[in-house]
Amino acid sequence: MRFIRRNLLGLIAILVLVYLFIPIAVVAILSFNNPTGKFNLTWTQFSTDAWTNLCGVPGVCSSFVTSIQIGIIATIVATALGTMIAFALVRYRFRGRSTTNLLIFLPMATPEVVMGSSLLALFLNLRFPLGQWTVIIAHIMFIISFVVVTVKARLQGLDPRLEEAARDLYANPRATFRYVTLPLVAPGIAGAALLGFSLSFDDFIISYFNAGTLVTFPIFIWGAAQRGIPVQVNALATLVFVVALVIVLGSQLVNYRRRRKLMST
Amino acid sequence: MSPILVAEPAKPVVVAQRRSRTGYILLFPGMTWLAIFFAIPFITLFMTSLQQPVPGKIGKYQAGFELSNYANAMAEYWPQFLRSFIYAGIATLLALIIAYPLAYFIAMKGGRWRPLLLVLVIAPSFASFLLRTYAWRTILSDEGPITSFFNALHLLPDDRILNTGIAVVAGLTYNFLPFMILPLYAALEKIDPRFIEAASDLYASATTTFRKVTWPLSLPGVVAGTLLTFIPAAGDYINAELLGSTKDRMIGNVIQTNFIEFRDYPTASALSFVLMAVILVMVFTYIRRAGTEELV
Repeated sequence: MRFIRRNLLGLIAILVLVYLFIPIAVVAILSFNNPTGKFNLTWTQFSTDAWTNLCGVPGVCSSFVTSIQIGIIATIVATALGTMIAFALVRYRFRGRSTTNLLIFLPMATPEVVMGSSLLALFLNLRFPLGQWTVIIAHIMFIISFVVVTVKARLQGLDPRLEEAARDLYANPRATFRYVTLPLVAPGIAGAALLGFSLSFDDFIISYFNAGTLVTFPIFIWGAAQRGIPVQVNALATLVFVVALVIVLGSQLVNYRRRRKLMST
Repeated sequence: MSPILVAEPAKPVVVAQRRSRTGYILLFPGMTWLAIFFAIPFITLFMTSLQQPVPGKIGKYQAGFELSNYANAMAEYWPQFLRSFIYAGIATLLALIIAYPLAYFIAMKGGRWRPLLLVLVIAPSFASFLLRTYAWRTILSDEGPITSFFNALHLLPDDRILNTGIAVVAGLTYNFLPFMILPLYAALEKIDPRFIEAASDLYASATTTFRKVTWPLSLPGVVAGTLLTFIPAAGDYINAELLGSTKDRMIGNVIQTNFIEFRDYPTASALSFVLMAVILVMVFTYIRRAGTEELV
């Protein structure tokens, strides 16, 4: 009893973390299921069919590839545009700063359904054909703000003395940027790109409004939910989860090692 | 770990900000993108909401000034509007209660495990949002342990959780929890542990310390977290669609169906515009009352 009272906070924290992972455990477990009906909701029988035949259901893999393509293009463009804005915000003085800040904050404070529907209203009025490009445009639009916030935080945390030192050692502005600033900000940019890709890959609401007949991975799941989600979808989602987790944990480990090395020298 | 020995992180010295053309060049492409594809669409949304039908052609609309679109839309769909704000409000409150202990634990007791614990908080978002929501159909199913438990206590009005408002609120609470945890953590992590030590040195009980020191200092995180949870929850329709019945539809469902299935663009635009306006008003009054301006 005393143990529980003393560690109550820690126990609650662990329970909340477990709670966060329960649905993912369900998704992963059901990827090894062999459901009897169309709906993969209750455990029936162990099977690795979905894993050995990932593209076995028509549409699953093509929608998955579509989402990856869209994610890559949207992430590259949004990361470039957002990083430039972050540099401007931290390093330059310009007129209209508060309007700029507002225009960056608002997309994060707007419900997706509003962003998706207003962009659709624009495309409809322009008679712009819906498809891959309208989805990419939409994704870039809502990712930029998250990139700006992430890169800006990294830039503001930089020790200005490092760049001063470069200048003192007669590095010209270009060399200072290339060899000092950019390597220091790079982890922030990489993190922003990773965040951007995961936002794009998983986006349903904004995509659905602007996709027309295009089917992304989330749109495929949405359509399948009515008539039963194929087990392959669970397998692919589990795969994505594991890959993302490995990438993030790996980069954390690299960071940790590098920091310890720096501390010891 | 004595807090006094921990070195303060080096405060970034303000970098001399240059005023040159480069700043504008860096801003131009990104801000233009946001202007064209975020700001201008609000104008087209507003114009679309005032359009009138072309006589004789279903699904075709022309420019107009039909303010009655708003009155009609609100008269028909006010229950879904109200329900969205109630569901989102309950989910936000629940998320705050669930998130606070975890955020507090990571910030105050996390030590060198902090980065790992934060990864664990974000990690669930790597698995598909739709599938995670769908998984709650399995967890909350009528034969499942959770429904049986509450049924044994006779706590459920409909003898079930799935396809009721309770499931929708549970889904919303779960899905937007990380948006609550992270800002709370950011605010709690900034609190100087010496303040809390000082409070206990002055014989404040644990409860008083929390009420008078920790909670007020964490308020910026509470404000940011509640906003980041409430806004997406109020506009969400995935949880209502996958976990609720037709009686639990939220305003997002209505906007989506009217826009994409019924092609009633003016009504859907009017609803979308009202949702945005209500949320903006709420955000700005809330921020002003809570007194935290720096959110970006």
